[in-house]
This record gives sequence, C-alpha cells and structure tokens, in this order.
Amino acid sequence: MSTTDAHVVAQQTQPTEIGLPKDNKVLGLWIFLAGESAFFASLIGTYLGLHGATLHGPTAQSIFDLPLTTVATLILLTSSLTVVLGVQAMQRKDVRGMQIWLWVTALLGIFFLEFQGYEFFTFYNKGLTLHSSAFGSAFFTLTGFHGLHVLFGVFWILLLLFQSLKHGINEERTSKVFIASLYWHFVDVVWVVIFTLVYLAGKVG
Amino acid sequence: MAAIPERLAGIHHETRTYTGIWSWLASVDHKKIGIMYIVSALFFMAFGGAEALIVRLQLWQPNNHLVSAETFNQLFTMHGVTMIFLVAMPILIGFINAIVPLQIGARDVAFPRMNALSLWLFVFGGLFLYSSFLFGSMPDAGWFNYVPLSGAHYSPGVGIDFYDIGLQITGIGTLMTAINFLVTILNMRAPGMRLLRMPLFTWSALITMLLILFAFPPITVNLILQMFDRLFGANFFNIAGGGNALLWQNLFWIFGHPEVYIVILPAFGIISEIVPVFAKKVLFGYESMAMALSIIAFLSFMVWTHHMFADGLGPVVNSIFAITSMLIAVPTGIKIFNWLATLWGGRIHFKTAMMYALSFIPLFVIGGVSGVMLAMAPADLQYNDSYFVVAHFHYVLFGGTLMGALAGLYYWFPKIWGRVLNETLGKWNFWLVFIGFNVTFFPMHIVGLEGMPRRIATYSAGYGWTIWNQVSTVGAFILLVGMLILLYNLITTFMRKADAPGDPWDGRALEWATSSPAPEYNFAQTPLVRARDAFWVEKYEGDGTVPAAEPAGPIHMPSPSLAPIGIAFTLVLAGYGAVLHSAVIGGFFLLVTFWQIGRSLVAEDHGYHVTPQIGGGSQ
Amino acid sequence: MRWKQRGFRVTLPLLAVGAAVLLSGCGVSKQSALAPVGPVARAQLGMFWESLAIMTGIFVIVVAVFLYSLIRFRARKTDTGLPKQVHGNTTLEIAWTIIPIVLLVFLAIPTVHYAYAFGDVPPNAMKVDVVGHQFWWEFDYPGSGVTTANQVHIPVNTKVDFVLTSADVIHSFWVPRLGGKTDLIPGRVNNLWLESNQTGTFYGQCAQLCGAGHAYMKFTVLVQTQAAYDAWLQSMQHPTVSVTTPLEQAGMKLFSQDCATCHTIGGTAFNGKVGPNLTELMQRPTIAAGTLTNTPANLAQWLHNPPAVKPGALMPNLHLSQTQIQSLVAFLETLK
Ligand code: HEA
Ligand code: HEA
Ligand code: HEC
Ligand code: CUA
Ligand SMILES: [Cu+2]
Repeated sequence: MSTTDAHVVAQQTQPTEIGLPKDNKVLGLWIFLAGESAFFASLIGTYLGLHGATLHGPTAQSIFDLPLTTVATLILLTSSLTVVLGVQAMQRKDVRGMQIWLWVTALLGIFFLEFQGYEFFTFYNKGLTLHSSAFGSAFFTLTGFHGLHVLFGVFWILLLLFQSLKHGINEERTSKVFIASLYWHFVDVVWVVIFTLVYLAGKVG
Repeated sequence: MAAIPERLAGIHHETRTYTGIWSWLASVDHKKIGIMYIVSALFFMAFGGAEALIVRLQLWQPNNHLVSAETFNQLFTMHGVTMIFLVAMPILIGFINAIVPLQIGARDVAFPRMNALSLWLFVFGGLFLYSSFLFGSMPDAGWFNYVPLSGAHYSPGVGIDFYDIGLQITGIGTLMTAINFLVTILNMRAPGMRLLRMPLFTWSALITMLLILFAFPPITVNLILQMFDRLFGANFFNIAGGGNALLWQNLFWIFGHPEVYIVILPAFGIISEIVPVFAKKVLFGYESMAMALSIIAFLSFMVWTHHMFADGLGPVVNSIFAITSMLIAVPTGIKIFNWLATLWGGRIHFKTAMMYALSFIPLFVIGGVSGVMLAMAPADLQYNDSYFVVAHFHYVLFGGTLMGALAGLYYWFPKIWGRVLNETLGKWNFWLVFIGFNVTFFPMHIVGLEGMPRRIATYSAGYGWTIWNQVSTVGAFILLVGMLILLYNLITTFMRKADAPGDPWDGRALEWATSSPAPEYNFAQTPLVRARDAFWVEKYEGDGTVPAAEPAGPIHMPSPSLAPIGIAFTLVLAGYGAVLHSAVIGGFFLLVTFWQIGRSLVAEDHGYHVTPQIGGGSQ
Repeated sequence: MRWKQRGFRVTLPLLAVGAAVLLSGCGVSKQSALAPVGPVARAQLGMFWESLAIMTGIFVIVVAVFLYSLIRFRARKTDTGLPKQVHGNTTLEIAWTIIPIVLLVFLAIPTVHYAYAFGDVPPNAMKVDVVGHQFWWEFDYPGSGVTTANQVHIPVNTKVDFVLTSADVIHSFWVPRLGGKTDLIPGRVNNLWLESNQTGTFYGQCAQLCGAGHAYMKFTVLVQTQAAYDAWLQSMQHPTVSVTTPLEQAGMKLFSQDCATCHTIGGTAFNGKVGPNLTELMQRPTIAAGTLTNTPANLAQWLHNPPAVKPGALMPNLHLSQTQIQSLVAFLETLK
C-alpha cells in the first residue's frame, strides 16, 4: 500500500532505547516542588502586595529582629548540610551515620521552629497579630505556612528515621530518604527567599 | 480474560482481595478510577443541569417569582461551580485516567494509590459542597466568589465556608492528579513511545497537567486566605483592615483563566483522536498540534486581567492583556485548520462520536471568536458581566468541552465498558443536544448586547429581553430531552452483554490494541511502539498485531487499599469541623488524616502478581 | 449520513435570523448597547461591528470548508482502500498562522487606541461622584453640596467624569446607551467618562453581583439641556419643604422620629446618611432604585415592608400602621 506512511514504520525503535527504570518518586517529588513553588510564590506575592498595609500597628521596619532571624536562618541552612551528610552516609551504606545525621537534621528543624515560635510570641505581644492589619495577616500566613512545611519535614524525617531503626534500610527506604532530603532542601530554599524578601527588604524599608 | 493471581516465591505479603462494592472503594486500578470519575461527573451534571433549568424557568418571564432572589443566587453559583469543578474537570480527568495509560502502553499510573486518593477527594469534596444545603446556606456569591461580597461581613452564613473548603479539598485531589499523570506520561511510556509519537490526547493530558500544576496553587492560596479571613478574622480582603479587594480577583483569575484551558485542552485532544479515525486519515500537522497546545498553555498564564477590564486598571494593563488574549487565537486557529485539513480528502464516517466531534468545530469557533471580541478591552466594557459573556463561555464550555466529552463518551464507551452505545439513540441524542444548545445559548449574545446583565434574578418588561429569554428556556428543555436520551442510551447499553470487539472503530492508538474492556494489567506484554499511530500502522503495514517489548510472564500489580478513601473521608470530616467553627472536631480529624498520610509515607506495598492466560491481553 | 447536512441546513438560517435581528439595531430595547447616544458607546459599537465583520468572515470560511468536506468527502459504499494520507503542508500551515495575525492587528489597533481614549479622562469634564450602596446609587455633585440618588442629572453634549467608589461591596456602573461599564470597588477610586448627545432618560443597571438585591439596583440618567440642568441644580441647592395639611405635618413628625436617622432631606434638619437622600424625591421616576414607579400607592407599599418589595433591601420593615404610612406618604409627596 504505497499511500500509507511506510517511512514512519521505517523509523523503528530499539527496545533498549527507552524504558530505563527512572525513579517515579524522585520525578514526582520534583514536580510536586514545582507546584509548591507556585504556592509560595502566591503567598509571597500576597505578602508583597499587603506589607504596607500596617494601619496603626507595628510595621516591618519597627518589629523585625534581624539578628534573631539570622541565627534561625543559619540553623536551617546548617540542617540542609546535615541532611546531605546523612544521604551521603546512606550512599556509603553507613546506616548508623545516616541515622545520626537525620537526627541532627530533625533537631535543627525543631530549633528553627522554636525560634519561629518565639518570634511569633514576641510579635503577638507587640500587637502584631493575624487580625491586627493586613500586614499581620500576610506575615503570619506566609511564615506560618513555611513553618508548617518545616514541621511536616521534621515529622517525615523522624518517621523514616524510626523506620530505619526498627527495620533497617532497603532500596525502597533509601529512595524515600533521598526524597525527604530533597523536600528538606526545598523548604530551606524557600526560607532563603522569605528571609531576603520579607526580613531583609522589610528592614531596609 | 481470566487471570490467575499468584503469589511468587519470596514475597510474603498478604494482599487483601476485595469483592463487590469494596472492590471499587479500594480499587487502585486506573480504569476503575476513570469509570468512577466519569460516573460521578455525570451524577453531578444532573444537579448542575437541574440548577440551570430552574434558572431558565425563573427567567421565563419578567418579574417572575418562581424562586427568591437569594435562591437564584445560590442556583447559578452552584451551577457554575458544579459544571466547572464537578463536571467538566472530572469527566475529562476520568477519560485521562481510563485512556492515557493504555495509549502510552503502560500497565498503570505512576502512583496508583495517590490516584485513588485524588478521586475520593473529588467525590467527597463535591458531596461536601452540596451538603451545605443541609446547613441552610449554600454558596451564593457567584462561581468566582468576589470579595467583599463573599467576606464574613456580607455573607455571614456558612455557604461561602463550604465553597472555600470544598474547593480546597477537590483542588488538592486535582493537584495530585497532575503530579501523577506528569510522572506517568514522562516516565512510563512503552518502549519506542517517544514524546513525538504520543497520541494527541496524551499530549493534551500532559499539557493540561502542567497547567493544573501551576494554576491550582494560586487558587488554593486564595481559598486559604479567605478561610483565614472568615474563620480567624484575618484582613486579606477586609478593606477596613488594610486588605485589598483586587487581590482576590488577581489570584482567582491567575488560576481561572488557565482553568478554562484546563477544561478545553483535553477536549481538543479527544477531537484530535476521533477526527482521524472516522475520516480514515492521518492527523494533519501533528507537530504543530502539539506545539499549539504548548503555546496556548504558556499564553494562558498571561491573560488573566482580561476578566478584570472593568476594574479600571488603566490603559497600559488593559492594552497588554488584550493583545496577549488575542494572540491565543493564533495557536487555536492552527488546531481548527489542522482538523479541517484532516477532514479534507478523507473518508468521513458519521458515527455519533464523530458527529459530536464535528459539531465541536463550528461551535467552538463561535465561542472562540466571541472570546476575541471580548478581548478588545474597550469594547468589553459593554460585554462584561452581560449575557454576551454568558453566551461566549457556554459556546466554549458546552460547545467545546462538553461536546468533546460526549464525543469521547461515545468513542471510548466500548473500551471502558465493553459495549458499543446504540447509534440510533445516539443520533437522536446528538441532534437534540446540538439544536437545543444553539437555541439556548445563541440568543444570549443578542440579549446581552441589548443590555441584560448576567446574574439578575429577574428583569422588567419593556427591555426587549423577554422573547429571547423564552427562546433560551425552550432550548434548555430541548437539551434536557437530549440528555435524557443519553441517559437512557447509557443505561440500556450497559444492561446488554459486553460484546464489544477490541477495536470497534478501526482505531489508531494503542488503547485499541487490547481487549474491550482492557484487562486489569492492560497489556499482557508491554507493547513495542514503532511509529506514531502505533496500532494503525501495525494493522495497515504490519501483521496487525503490536509487537511485544518483553517476554510473557507474571505481571506485578499494586494491591488494592482502603487508605485513600479513608484519608479523603477524614479530611472532609475535618472540613466540617472548620465550617462548624469547632477546633476540636477539625483538629482531631486533621490529626487522623495526617496520621494516615504518615502511615502511607512509610508503607511498602509489594503488590501481587497475575499471570495472563496465553493469548489474552494483547488483541 | 445525510443527517448532518440536513441539520446544518436547519441551523444556518437560524444563525442568519439571529444576525438579522442584530442588524436591525434592536431599537425596541431601552437599555441596548446597540443604540448608542454618545461618543463612547458609539466607538464601542463601532468596534463591535468591525470585529463582528471579521469574526463572521472567519466563521463563514471555516464553515464553508467544513461543510464542503463533510459533503464531498463523506464515506461512500463504493470506496476502496484508504484515502491519500497527508501529514502536513508547510505553506498552508504558515498561511493559517500569518493570516490570523494580520486580522488581529486590525483588531488590536482600535483596542489600544480606545483603551487610551477611554482611560484618559478629559481635563475639562464635569465631575459627578458616584457611590455604590447595597442596593442603590448615591450621586454627589462636588462643590455644589447637592446629593441625590438613583437618578443622575447631566447636561447634554458635556463630557461627564463619573468618579466611582463603593460603600460596601463591588458594584458596576453601566448605562449601555451611553457607554460601557466600570466597577465601583471599595478602597479604590475609578473614573469613567461618558457623554450624551441627546436629551432624555437613559437606563442603567448594576452589572456586578452585589447580593440579593443585585437585579433591583437600577438607575436612570436624565440628560437635560444645559439650562434645564442648571435650573435643577439651583433648586436642589435651595430646596424648600412646605408642609401645610395636618396629615403632612403628622408625616413630617413621624419622619423625624423613624426615618431621619437614615435619610437626609434638603431644607429640613433631617440628615441621616444610611439611606438615599430624599431631597426632591418626587422628581424621581422610580423608588428603591428602579424597583417601583414613584406613585403614592407604591410609596405606601414600600413603607409597609421594604424587604418584601425588594429582596435584600437594607431599609428595615418599621411595622408602621396604615395611618402612619398615609401621613408619611403625604409628607413625602411634598418633596417636589
Ligand atoms: C473552555 C473554556 C474557554 C475557552 C476555550 C475560552 C477562550 C477564550 N476566551 Fe473566554 N471565558 C470562559 C471560558 C473560555 N474562554 C469563561 C468561563 C469566561 C467567563 C468567566 C466568568 O466571568 O464567569 C470567559 C470570559 C472571557 C473574557 C472576559 C469577559 C468578561 O468577563 O468581560 C474574555 C476577554 O478577553 C475571554 C476571552 C477569550 C479568548 C480570547 C479566548 C480564546 O482562547 C479563543 C480562541 C479561539 C478562536 C479565536 C477560534 C478559533 C480560531 C480561528 C478560527 C483562527 C482565526 C481567528 C481570529 C483571527 C480571531 N473570555
Ligand atoms: C461546563 C460548564 C457549563 C455547562 C455545561 C453549562 C450548562 C448550562 N448552563 Fe451554564 N454556566 C456555567 C457553566 C456551564 N453551564 C458557568 C461557569 C456559569 C457562571 C456561573 C456564575 O455566574 O457564577 C453559568 C451560568 C449560566 C447562566 C447564567 C446565570 C446568570 O448569570 O444568572 C445560565 C442562564 O441561563 C446558564 C444556563 C445553562 C443551561 C441551560 C445549561 C444546559 O446546557 C444544561 C443542560 C444539562 C442538563 C439539562 C442536564 C440534564 C441531565 C440529566 C437530566 C441527567 C442526565 C444524566 C446523565 C447523562 C448521567 N448557565
Ligand atoms: C435603617 C435605615 C433606614 C430607615 C430607618 C429608613 N430608611 Fe428609607 N431607605 C433606607 C435604605 C438603605 C434605602 C435604599 C433601599 C434600596 O433601594 O435598596 C431606603 C430607601 C427609601 C426610599 C426610596 C428612595 C429612593 O430614591 O429610591 C424612601 C422613599 C424611603 N426610604 C423612605 C423612608 C421613610 C419614610 C422612612 C421612615 C418611616 C425610612 N425610609 C426609614 C434606609 C432606611
Ligand atoms: Cu450592585 Cu449589583
Ligand atoms: Cu479568560
């Protein structure tokens, strides 16, 4: 049948060409993070749109405590490093090392949350609340959602940690740890953006 | 298609088997999930349609008092919300579920359990929305729910809370669908199925999922902000508290415009499948079709303020967004012309599926060109919020999305349910819907130009609107008859015995290379794709069978699970906690939800294996 | 198979009838964008016709090719083999990319031109402040101290800058025969300039969903000669209320107790700001933003139970007796 597309059939494909076992979960997480980026972009955009609406309450300039937040930022950044160390240990099949570094990571995450809790508490006492002004609403919602992400990450890492303590580690679990670490990095990166656009820029005015 | 479940040596995990209704509730099979999506969407369509009919009856004559103004606002709000979120999206996602894995020669989707979770979040989210009825106040601020009207001060009832939380619940499900299908399509294609060999329906699914991935987060944020305003007294949209009324509009339409392409691109995909099959001709301009989908998706994020031309944003903003909106006509036109060129010189068989697909072309062009008229910002000041806009979007949503979905229903019914729908009833169904549709919606252009605003519960005599409204109402009842015939056709066909051949239409893509309905493992052996139109090429230039890419053997299947439905259920219960302002109920069920999610995060499913019978599966 | 063609033979005339009705200008409708009386509405109608012509052209071409294909290339019993398979044609594909772009340029030029023309308020325009309320319109004439409701007076052949804002939710100011709409958004000030070249009454209506009373939020624009307009403004600035009969006096007394917290009446001490200003109420053709014509009987009906007359009305039912209502109506009748 000369009219049909013989030339298409001619471009045969070798079975080996495609179909390498790419890890669905890793790709899935990357895609999830793309969606998360859009989520935080919307929250940050909202904050930038409303941060001037302080009414008679505290302003960004008057209330932010940069040294405190800087310390919290450094803690979170360090936790990114420790989770890398954990994954590296895992790749060396050093389960003990992995577990230690995961512990440290989770602890740093908890420290960060404590800083944030303290910050929220002092702001609250100074009259900046979710309903004091649109600035307050936007600030607490943005940083609060970031905090929830950290909290979720801490639980996730602890969960995998306990699982590895109880059942050891296997191929599926290693990929889960790797994914949790990617998520953790993402949460850190978002914080760096928040730190820059909210705290640093807010202090400058 | 008997298959013998088999426990392989070395795998000690128990796989629970479920029967009866439980086999559906616990199913992680993309085909069953697809069926449940489609059936639920049709179920919700009966509600959305009934609401529309009451709206039409209320507008039958001036100063009508069939329903109160308050009820009227709830009716069109729920109609819009239902049709967009509970009908158009899920029916298309249903087809994507049922068909895309088959088209790419995959055994399943990347995350079968997450897929089930998406389904249940949609179903429960939709029921949750409708349950607002029991709480005495349904959403009533329009489907785009503008603030401050929807704020706590002007809408103190729980209706808007149901909107905020219900749409969040279904929205999370939709986002998970996006992740799932992006991974599935990118990672799980059969050997040889390069991106540029994928059927266009799969292409449209891929692009749609990208749109969802970036469009749903803004609406999720918007809904969260409003929830905070309403439940916790935050000030995002409260003007006195420094909030901004336009923030809602911006976040809504950054989502809302891509949303309308989310519900049209898969319909484009369906048309691109059906037209070549029934014209017996290869699709014209395959590459440019895929390219056009991508350009439309890209542009769709840059046009959102064309819904806000009357907001007084100034000539610069209006000009820029007017031009980007108009530009979308170019890639869309490419698609229209490619379909026409496919028809040209073909051999056209007028099956019901094809008639629906064909009707899509003129109807969508009417809706599309009126869209371009709306995009002329200074002229839109006359059209905006009038029935002209209502006419525009029903031409694209009904004439486009729904006609596409009905085409898909007739086309894939045999593949999904193993029976071919009755063609005689199909023709009646088609013509009544086609005529009813035009009679209902064409006059809305005119009445809109004559100054009738949308969303008015009634109008006075003497405006020249009465006659057109009556025509519309008559049309809506013709539509109803058409849809009832569809319902009858679906039910009677379903009661017949399943005797559809694997390939009833002389199909082109891989879904037709397996039996109808496809066995749970889709293909006994993963197919080897050697060309575009993978199955057609084998039929016309090969020996009629798709070669296998792997030796026959036991097939690994994921275990069914009740975890997804459990998670969705407790999340909805947490939603009731929020609506009822009960931190205890809300907090408790949120904790239960997260506890289940945690369990799923560490769970390891070893699944089970089936061995297809010799000769089963393929063909 | 013949079904398809017959069906289109039915629907095409239908579309044609639709177009014919459009072409006739639809003079019957008193709120039609197709019957402009000012430069803004005329420009918008011009854009409508230009774009409609282009769109009709596109539609006709698409449908012609479409119908021709359906008829010419329908499957026949005698067919054998497959039709010629065509994968694409670069020339064609370039053509149908370029031609739409060219057409869009013709649409984009007036779009940008008028976006600026309508966006820039003429500097010498007369100003009227418009405040949207659930569910009525407040019109203030800055500098003159005049405030009225639901009927706005403007002089003919004068550019008027409506300065739009809202007291509660979003509304939209739309008088189709004068020009397109602009929203009234709380926390924001929008400008919309319009002009009428014809005297008379033109009808407008709120176009943005604003609650239960949205359908009942209408207003009229009374376009007057400059002299008539000036005279009206004069009288509004110096309103006189002359209450003579005992019934009217009783009504006025009752008004001071029950109504004055919400309503202002020029020439009296009543200065409530919640509801519409009632100065010279009898000049308005309707009451309650177009819900009822302004007759004594309707006024009585309104006072009897406002939310029953107009869904969502924010004037409460004051549970007035029939005699109280009679006296109030008598008093309101004096507000000429
Ligand atoms: C499936 C859904 C869908 C689709 C596909 C579209 C497609 C388009 N829409 Fe529509 N639209 C809606 C759903 C959709 N819309 C909804 C629901 C609303 C109202 C929301 C609400 O307020 O409730 C709306 C409202 C809406 C508005 C706001 C009006 C207002 O409220 O004032 C505008 C304004 O620009 C607009 C424009 C467009 C344009 C330019 C396209 C283009 O994509 C159309 C492109 C297609 C064609 C043009 C036809 C084919 C092309 C050719 C044959 C080539 C040649 C053509 C030319 C050169 C013109 N739409
Ligand atoms: C896909 C989307 C979609 C669809 C299909 C429809 C379908 C219909 N719509 Fe619309 N509509 C919208 C989306 C849609 N709509 C949106 C988004 C709005 C804006 C809302 C807002 O302003 O907020 C709107 C608004 C809207 C209005 C304007 C209301 C107003 O502004 O006051 C009107 C008025 O007539 C209307 C009418 C109709 C009618 C008569 C149908 C008919 O076509 C319906 C026909 C369907 C049926 C009659 C169903 C019958 C089914 C059965 C009986 C069961 C059969 C069951 C099976 C097959 C399983 N719709
Ligand atoms: C709580 C406030 C309130 C009180 C008290 C009140 N009104 Fe009103 N009134 C309104 C509001 C608000 C409207 C606008 C209603 C609408 O059109 O939606 C209105 C409208 C009117 C109108 C129609 C005006 C127009 O131009 O359309 C009249 C007449 C009127 N009121 C008279 C009275 C009289 C007489 C009384 C006392 C018996 C009274 N009102 C008491 C708030 C009030
Ligand atoms: Cu005001 Cu609608
Ligand atoms: Cu849009």
